[in-house]
Amino acid sequence: MFAQAGTVATPEVLWWALVPLLVLAGAAVLLLTVASLVRRLPEWLPAAWTIVAGLAVLVSVVPLWNEVRDDGARSFLAGAVGIDGSTLFVTALLAVAVVATALLSRAYLTREDLPGVEIYVLLLLSAAGGVVMASANDLIVLFLGLELLSIAVYVMAALHLRRIQSQEAALKYFVLGAFASAFLLYGIALVYGSTGSTGLARIAGYLSTTILLEDGMLLAGFGLLLVGLGFKVAAVPFHAWAPDVYQGAPTPVVAWMAAGVKAAGFAALLRVFVLTFGSWSGEWQPAVWGLAILTVLGGSIVAVVQTDVKRMLAYSSIAHAGFLLVGVQAASDRGTAAVLAYLGAYTLLACGSFAVVTVVGGTGDNRHDLDAYRGLGARRPWLAGAFAVLLLGQAGVPFTAGFVAKFGVIAAAAEGRSYALAGVAMVAAAVAAFVYLRILVAMYIEDGGPEDDTDATPWGPRIVITASVALVLFLGVVPGPLVDLARDAVPVLVGG
Amino acid sequence: MIPVLASASPSFPVLPALVLTPLLGALLVILGPRRRPELLKLVAVLATMATGALTLWLLSAFDPGVDGFQFGSRHAWIEELGISWLFGIDGISLFLVALTGILFPIAILATDPGHDSRAYYAWMLVLEGGVMGVFASLDLVIFFLCFEIVLVPMYFLIGRWGHGNRTYAATKFFLYTMAGSALMLVGIVSLAFLHADATGGPLTFDLIAIAEAQSIAAETARWLFLAFALAFAVKVPIFPLHTWLPDAHTEAPTAGSVILAGVLLKLGTYGFLRFGLYLFPEATHHFAPVFLVLGVVGIVYGAVVATMQKDLKRLVAYSSVAHLGFIILGTFALNTEGIEGGLLQMVNHGISTGALFLLVGMIYERRHTHQIAELGGLQKSAPILAAVFTVVMLSSIGLPGLNGFVGEFLVLVGTFNAHRWYAVAAGGGVVLAALYLLWAYQRVFHGPAEGDNAEMPDLRLREGLVLTPLLALIVVLGIYPKPVIERMEPAVDALVEHVERHVDGFHEPTSRMGVDIVPEGGADSEEGR
Repeated sequence: MFAQAGTVATPEVLWWALVPLLVLAGAAVLLLTVASLVRRLPEWLPAAWTIVAGLAVLVSVVPLWNEVRDDGARSFLAGAVGIDGSTLFVTALLAVAVVATALLSRAYLTREDLPGVEIYVLLLLSAAGGVVMASANDLIVLFLGLELLSIAVYVMAALHLRRIQSQEAALKYFVLGAFASAFLLYGIALVYGSTGSTGLARIAGYLSTTILLEDGMLLAGFGLLLVGLGFKVAAVPFHAWAPDVYQGAPTPVVAWMAAGVKAAGFAALLRVFVLTFGSWSGEWQPAVWGLAILTVLGGSIVAVVQTDVKRMLAYSSIAHAGFLLVGVQAASDRGTAAVLAYLGAYTLLACGSFAVVTVVGGTGDNRHDLDAYRGLGARRPWLAGAFAVLLLGQAGVPFTAGFVAKFGVIAAAAEGRSYALAGVAMVAAAVAAFVYLRILVAMYIEDGGPEDDTDATPWGPRIVITASVALVLFLGVVPGPLVDLARDAVPVLVGG
Repeated sequence: MIPVLASASPSFPVLPALVLTPLLGALLVILGPRRRPELLKLVAVLATMATGALTLWLLSAFDPGVDGFQFGSRHAWIEELGISWLFGIDGISLFLVALTGILFPIAILATDPGHDSRAYYAWMLVLEGGVMGVFASLDLVIFFLCFEIVLVPMYFLIGRWGHGNRTYAATKFFLYTMAGSALMLVGIVSLAFLHADATGGPLTFDLIAIAEAQSIAAETARWLFLAFALAFAVKVPIFPLHTWLPDAHTEAPTAGSVILAGVLLKLGTYGFLRFGLYLFPEATHHFAPVFLVLGVVGIVYGAVVATMQKDLKRLVAYSSVAHLGFIILGTFALNTEGIEGGLLQMVNHGISTGALFLLVGMIYERRHTHQIAELGGLQKSAPILAAVFTVVMLSSIGLPGLNGFVGEFLVLVGTFNAHRWYAVAAGGGVVLAALYLLWAYQRVFHGPAEGDNAEMPDLRLREGLVLTPLLALIVVLGIYPKPVIERMEPAVDALVEHVERHVDGFHEPTSRMGVDIVPEGGADSEEGR
C-alpha cells in the first residue's frame, strides 16, 4: 500500500482510523450494487444491512476511542484528515442516528408502500459525509464531506414519490443548500487567500503567529464560512428552509436531518471556528453571539404560533441550534464539550420525537396537525407518555438529558462571562416550553382527535422510542457518562 | 475552613430516603394495576405515610441546640462540574419538611381523582419527592433541579384533574414559574464560576461553602441576587407577579390546591431565606425596602381583592397572597423575630390554608359550586363542617390561641422594631383578613338554607379523620409553639448573625426592651365577633 520506490510519494494512510468511514461508504456501495443486480431483494434486507453497518461503526468506535485516548490525536493523508475524540464522538452519534433512521424508515416505507433501497444507500452515504466532516483537517475535505452529506439528504427529502410536499421540500432544500455551499466555498477561497493554506493546522499556526495588517479578506472569509455552516445547522437568519423542508420531507428523513446533519454541521463549526480560528476568537465571537441570540429567540418565538407539530419541532430544532451556538460562542474547551454533550442529548431527543411523529403521522404521512395529537394520552397512553418525556426533555426539564445539555452550555457561557447571552437563551427556553406544553395539552387535556387512529406501533419506531426515552431519562439522572465522554472528546488539531 | 454539616451523619441516610421514598412509591404506582384505583391509593397513602413517619422521626431526632445543618449526606453527581447530592436540614427547613410530610398523606387521603388514578397518584408522589428535595438540598444545582421539577407534576395535576379553565391555569402556572426561574440558573452557574475564580478553588455548587466565603463583589452579588429573587418572587408570589396564583389555585383539584398553597408557595419564601439572605446578605439588605413595600402591598391588596371575590375558592386563594405578604415582611425585617415569625407563618399558612382548601373542596363535592351566592345556611344542614370551618377560619384570621396568631404576631413585632410604619400598615391587613373571611363565612353558613343547601350532608367520618390532625396542629401550635420556636431559633439567630457579619454597619433591629417572643399560653377566646 505504501509507495516503496517511485516518483510519486503517496501520503501515509492510517487505515484503522478510517474504519468507520469505510464501513459506511462500503456498506452503501455494496448495498447499491447488490440491489441493482439482484432482482427481488427481501424487503427487510436493506434496513437490516444499514442497521448492522450502523452498529458496526458504533462498535468500531470503541477501540479507536481507546487508541486516541492513549496515544493522542493523529493526522494523516498529508494532514488532510484527522482523528481525535470529537471525530469519534460525532461518528458515534451519526451511527446512532443511522440506526434510528433505518429503523424508522423500514416501518415508514412499508406503511407508505414505497420502494426502498435508495433511502438506505443515501442514508449511509450521507452519514459517511458526516464522518468526513467530523474528521476533516482541511477545508477542502470539509467541503467534500459537506457536499456528500447534503446531496444525499436533498434526494432523501424527495423520496416520498406521491407527496407533492416532499418534492417541494427537496427542491427548496437543494436550491438554498447549493447557495450555502457556494458561500462556504467562497469563504474557503478567501481564507486560503489570506492564510496561504487550506489545512486547518497550517491556518491555525499562521493565524496565531502572524500579525495581519490587512485582515479584511480573512474576516470576509470567516463571515462566508459562518453563513455556509450556519445554513447547514439552520441558524437564524439562514433557517428559512428548515420549517418547509421538515414539514414536507418524509418523517424518518427529518429525524436524520435534525439529528445527523446538525451533529455534523456543529462538528464542522467547532473544528473550523473554535479550533482553527481560536486565536482570532475576538473577531468572530460577536458574530456568533448575534447569531445565537437571533436563533434561540427566533426559533422559540416563531414556534409558538405554529399549528403543525412537524413545523413546531422544526422551529424548536432551530432553537436548539441557538443553544448549541451559545456553546460555540464560548470558544473554550468547556464550551466545546458542552456542545458535544448537547449534540448527544439532542440526537436522542430528535430521533425519539420524530419517531413518535412518524407513528402518529399515519398512512400518507399527513396527520401532523396539532389536532391529530388530541386525546393521544387516552388512545395510546404509552406513546403519549414517551412523547411527553421527550418533549419535556427538549424543554430542558430537570432529570432529563435535555437539562444536562442546557446546563452545560449555560455553564460555558457563564464561564466566558457571556451573562446576557445565557440569560436570553434561558428566557427563550421558557418561551419554547410553551410550544411543548401545547402538544402536552393536546395529548392529555383535550379530548377528541381521529378515532381511526388505532394501528399498533410498528416495532421499528417502538425500539427507537423506547431506547431514546430510556436513555434520555437515564442520562438525566446519571449524566456522568455523557459529560465525561464529551469532556474527553474535545478536539485537537494535529499538523500533518 | 467552612462550617461542615454540624452533626455527624447518621448511619441511615434519612434525607435521601425522604426524597426517594415518595419516588419509589411513584414507581410502584406506575407499575400497579390500572383498574384497581383503591390499591393504587393504598400504595400512595403508604408511601406518603412512610415519608411522613420519616419527618416525624426527624423532628424527634433533631438536636435543638445546634445552629448548623444536621443529618448531612453527600453523594457526587457530576464530578466534572462539582455538583453533588448534598443534603442537610437546620431549624429553618426542619418544619417545612415536616409540613410537607404531614400535608401529603392528608391531601391524598382526602380526595379521589375520579379518573386516571394511576397517573394522579404517581404525579402526587413525584411532587412530594421534588418538594422534599428543595427543602433538604444544600447544593445549588440540586436545589434548582428540584425547584424546577415540581412544575411538571403540578402542571399535570392542574391540567388533567382540575376544574373549568384548567388548561389556561396550568399553562399559565408552568410558564410563569419557568420564566421566573430561567435567570436563576444563569445566576447559579455564574455564582459558582465567580466563586471559584475568587477563591482559586475548584468549581463547586456547595451552598455552605459559597455562602460562608462571601467571595463575590457587592455590586455583582446584587445582580445575582436579583436573578434568584425573580424566581422566588414568582413562586411566592409577590405582588405584582401573583396573577398566576388565583387561576392555579381555583382550577386545581382539591389536593392540588392544598399542596400548592400549603407547600409549593413556601418554596419561594424558603428560597428567599436560604438562597437570598444566606447567600447574598448584603444584596438582601440593600433591596429589603423594595420587598417590604411589596410585602405590605401584597397584604393589603390580597385582602381587598379577597373581599370582593364571588368564588369561595378564589377568595381563599387571594387570602394566600395576603398571608404570604406577611411572610415576606417578616423575612425582610432582618431580625430574629421577623424571620421566625415568617417561618412560623409559612408552617401555619400551610396548615390553615390547606385545611380551608380541603373544606372548600368538601363543600364543592356536595354542592358542585364554589360560588358564594349559590351557597347559604350550610350551618343548619352541616353543623360539624361549619364548626370545623369556624376554627380553621379563625386560625387563618390570626385569632390568639390558634396557630395563625403566633406567626403574625412575631412578624409584626419584628417589623415594628425594624420599620415601624410598615408594621402599622400590615396591621391593617389583619383587620381586613377578619373582614373577608368572616363575611364569607356569614354568607356561606348563615342565613336561610334553601334547595340543595338545606339537604347538604354533614362531614363523613373519613373526612373528619383527615381533618383531625390539622385541627390538632392548629390548636397545639397556637397554645404551645415553644418546641417549634426553640428549634428554629438557633438557626435563625445564626442567620441574622451571618447577615450582621457580612453587611457593614448593619445591626439586628431590636426594641430597646428586648421582646419576650414566646407568647402567653392559653386562649382568650372572643376577639372577632
